[in-house]
Amino acid sequence: MTPPPVLSLITWSPFVGALLIMFTARHHPLAVRLIAAVTTGVSTIASLWIYVAYDREAAGFQFYEKLPLVPPLGISYELGVDGISLLLVLLTSVIIFAGVFASWTIAVRSQEFYALLLTLVTGVFGVFVTLDLFVFFLFYELAVLPMYLLIGVWGSSGEIRPRGIFAWAYREAGVGTKEYAAMKLTLYLLFGSAFILVGIFALYVNAGASSFSFVDLEGVSFAPAVQRWVFLAFYVGFGVLAGIWPLHTWSPDGHASAPTAVSMLHAGVLMKLGAYGVVRMGLGLLPGGAAELAWLMGTIACVNIVYGALSAMAQTDLKYVIAYSSVSHMGIVMLGAATLTETGLNGSVFQMFAHGVMTGLFFALVGLVYEKAHSREIGKMGGFGAVMPGIATAFTVGGLSSLGLPATAGFIAELLTFLGAWRSDHQWWLFPAVAGTFLTAVYVLRVAKQIFWGPPSPHFHDLEDARGPEWVALVLLVAVLVLFGMAPGVAIGPIDTATTLLLSRIVGP
Amino acid sequence: MPTAVPHGVGLDPAATNMALLVVLLPFVAFVLLAVVVPLRRRGQAAGAVSIAAIAVAFLAALFSWFVWKGDAHVQTWAWIPADEGPTATVGVLLDPLSNAMLVLVTLVSLLVQIYSLAYLRDERAPSLGRYYTYQSLFAFSMLGLVLSPSFIQMFVFWELVGLCSYLLIGYWYERPSAARAAVKAFWITKLGDLGFVIGIVMLWAATGTFEFHALFALAQEHALAIEGLGTIMLLIYLGAVGKSAQFPLHVWLPDAMEGPAPVSALIHAATMVTAGVFMVTRAQPLFVLVPDVLVLIGWVGAFTALLAATLACVESDIKRVLAYSTVSQLGYMMAAVGAGAPDAGFLHLLTHGLFKALLFLGAGAVIHAVGTNDIFRMGGLFRAMPQTGVVFIVGTLALAGLPPLAGFFSKEAVLAGVWDSGMTWPFLMLALTVLLTAFYMFRVVFLTFFGRVPATGHPHEPSWTMRGPLWVLAALTVLVGIRLAAGSVGGRHGPGWLAPLSVAAALGGIALAWAAYQRGAVDPGRLAATFPLSVIDVLARRRYGLDGLYAGLYRGFILGLSRLIGWIDRYLVDGVLNFVSASTLRGGDLLRRIQSGHAQDYVYGVAFGVLLLLVWSQWWAR
Repeated sequence: MTPPPVLSLITWSPFVGALLIMFTARHHPLAVRLIAAVTTGVSTIASLWIYVAYDREAAGFQFYEKLPLVPPLGISYELGVDGISLLLVLLTSVIIFAGVFASWTIAVRSQEFYALLLTLVTGVFGVFVTLDLFVFFLFYELAVLPMYLLIGVWGSSGEIRPRGIFAWAYREAGVGTKEYAAMKLTLYLLFGSAFILVGIFALYVNAGASSFSFVDLEGVSFAPAVQRWVFLAFYVGFGVLAGIWPLHTWSPDGHASAPTAVSMLHAGVLMKLGAYGVVRMGLGLLPGGAAELAWLMGTIACVNIVYGALSAMAQTDLKYVIAYSSVSHMGIVMLGAATLTETGLNGSVFQMFAHGVMTGLFFALVGLVYEKAHSREIGKMGGFGAVMPGIATAFTVGGLSSLGLPATAGFIAELLTFLGAWRSDHQWWLFPAVAGTFLTAVYVLRVAKQIFWGPPSPHFHDLEDARGPEWVALVLLVAVLVLFGMAPGVAIGPIDTATTLLLSRIVGP
Repeated sequence: MPTAVPHGVGLDPAATNMALLVVLLPFVAFVLLAVVVPLRRRGQAAGAVSIAAIAVAFLAALFSWFVWKGDAHVQTWAWIPADEGPTATVGVLLDPLSNAMLVLVTLVSLLVQIYSLAYLRDERAPSLGRYYTYQSLFAFSMLGLVLSPSFIQMFVFWELVGLCSYLLIGYWYERPSAARAAVKAFWITKLGDLGFVIGIVMLWAATGTFEFHALFALAQEHALAIEGLGTIMLLIYLGAVGKSAQFPLHVWLPDAMEGPAPVSALIHAATMVTAGVFMVTRAQPLFVLVPDVLVLIGWVGAFTALLAATLACVESDIKRVLAYSTVSQLGYMMAAVGAGAPDAGFLHLLTHGLFKALLFLGAGAVIHAVGTNDIFRMGGLFRAMPQTGVVFIVGTLALAGLPPLAGFFSKEAVLAGVWDSGMTWPFLMLALTVLLTAFYMFRVVFLTFFGRVPATGHPHEPSWTMRGPLWVLAALTVLVGIRLAAGSVGGRHGPGWLAPLSVAAALGGIALAWAAYQRGAVDPGRLAATFPLSVIDVLARRRYGLDGLYAGLYRGFILGLSRLIGWIDRYLVDGVLNFVSASTLRGGDLLRRIQSGHAQDYVYGVAFGVLLLLVWSQWWAR
């Protein structure tokens, strides 16, 4: 008896939802939301099930499915998850499930919105579960492209004053508008995927042009030159999506302009696609290249951590603060990976999960605050804690996880990354990483104090706390943050089975 | 007397389970209050849940103290797994040191929570529920810290008590001053914690373990010859500098008085702020390997004690006087630990926990009655509140170090320890501080309870819920003193002249305060104006410029740097990108104009191209 194709179910369920929404639920806003909730709910339950059912003793890729697509070229529909992708599939389903509820109140063209959102999610799931590089790339593009429409149509514009020597360019490019943000994000990510495509083909050709399968390519040891250049291509290509400095500037503008659920999904999950790509394909297929270029990855990651935190501190728009905090936290992910140690890599993958949930929570909260106060100006807000205690509490938990407070998921990730950094070949990485946690404490608590503490601001009236379905998103995300922070073994167990395998190829058996 | 090293690690499940019970009871109360919203919003009911949990925990702690007084029991479970054994474990370590702390923490928590019921009577019910939620979380975190068998668990709970401190300082979050103080406390202690976390990361990388008994075993076998152990221990000590408000990171503690008085009594006097002393005491076997760091700890402690005492002398807010006094007493404890007398430091920690909680709760009763914190606007309160007056004076005498109260013996032990270690200057600083301590405390007593300016309003004794805890603490201060006088516990006796000297210093301080603030024989203003006191007076009133220094660093350095980076990111890093994009647009626009649609333009273009080709072929392509 063949096992049920549960990974396909997870991947395609949202897509089926998108089709249903487009063809059956026209003009029925509630039906649209219910279909979205049910189809993503199916994915969520199935991902929980595989999370529990995954055999930790056996490790390796499980729930394997294979269906040849183009046999002469070695392209096939090949799915499987290991400890790393297992956790990221869970992350995706948690975020999208919460995202459906967080955008419950969207008013304009809701069925197109949900259809695009669900299509995008299918792309994300596909990237995490597929083991065929060609299909991987297709899913990758599917995950990136709907973003253009989602931001361009449903996004919101901000205001950025043109200044400095490039001021004319700011006027010309329309910096600050949602159309600009959508275009910038899409072009930047496509720029990155060009590198990825070249890298994939380079590997395919160098391995004898017979198979795109990850499992087959893993068995090939590439020449040092190939390793170096293809790793660099993957690092730049995926790194754009992971927000590596200085290729990160699409992220603040894009995330600030995007509607709530899209920011949640993009910062929470899509940025992890980049980091996942670097770990899975960079470290996994090109161990030599990874060892050679780890210094570059780690150093830039340190820049990310400190620079992102300082930039976040300088922002006056709430959404930009959160967006820049992602730049800083993705630095921890990349740093953990660059340490090439077991603890560091575990920390890196755990941070992918922790940051995903945390930033998803943040964007959900910012969306709620914006919906109620119709403002994102931090300076104007004040004393919201008295009228929206639930939102204030959730924001505080998210903030604490962000600054690495124990008993939240952020702490485990940061601790493991620190431990890895000090055991790596570049011990100094520890210091910028730790300094980053202090800077994070400064900007997070400063923002929380300004918005929720102090006397009530005179600019706002009739504010209220979260309501009905919005609570689902907040409670779910807060609970996940705290539970994974208190019992990290639940996640580290499976992660470790995958990372030790991966590292054994880099540092030798 | 408790010793720092857990000798012979035993494993009695009954003992460790009892310790687990103590720590988990407040946790259950916290989860109940956090999750069951209707219960939390009931206010008084939430308080009842929290108090019930801590009361049972106290009984369990007491039971454990009597049954497993002398032994050490450890139990750990894997927490963060890894391929070859877990990276980090959690568990409980029950030994005399942690057992004594368990009793102190649960006792003071219990009394403070009962006291708070009356003190915060006028709060809205949901706010009161929030208060007790935080209180339970704090009790859980502090107990978890105390029972930590490893650096990593200690750090985890270390941060959690910091969180509770932040939340409770900011309990009245609508007040801008409370919001500022909460954030300041978090940041300054976090600054110290950076050192702590770097230290334990380095220690783990060198030894592969966070656990105390493994590290102590290595230390005993002289197998801990790590390069840079001094740096590591110094970094770990930095965490204690922040948490236990040592110079120069002490600036957050006085501001923390923005929280309600019972919070100050519990967190910022008796328990959390002593975590740093506790940690250094716990890790004593590692610190003794690096004597230079210990000497530094001793000097910093003694200096902190003296500096904070001078600050307390010029402060007019009753709670801030007590806060500086706490800083000063923490300096005593650290000085003892640094002088290699951790038992004396720890004894002072325990007795100080009792009488300082008493003083804060007494101050709370006074503030509750007169509605101000300013000691110059209080006076003659002894007549209106005799019971509060008596217990407050008991606490003051204990703090001033007069026999037979608890504070005398522990302070004596500290002074003896420092003298024995041969640290003369720190000893002199601490001895001078004895005089100052008696002076500033009796300054408060005379101004508040006996002063000639009558307090406004109609002050009256607080209700029994508040008076009960005061009497319990006062009784304990006396009883523990008598027990110590009997000599069966503690006992570190310095040279014979030590006790008379310190009593004389304390009496001198009291006499000075009496002369200046009660009798009026000395004008305090004129006294402060004489050299060299005038210099110290001026500096102390400006808090030695430290608060200003931190504010300047924050605004000028951190915020300034962030503005710079923010500008660079927005207008240079992103500017290059926008430049490329706008240039592409412009370039396309220019090229578009070539396609004008006029045939003659195209003919010109072709002709020009042919001309160029001809020139090229004639001149360059030969």
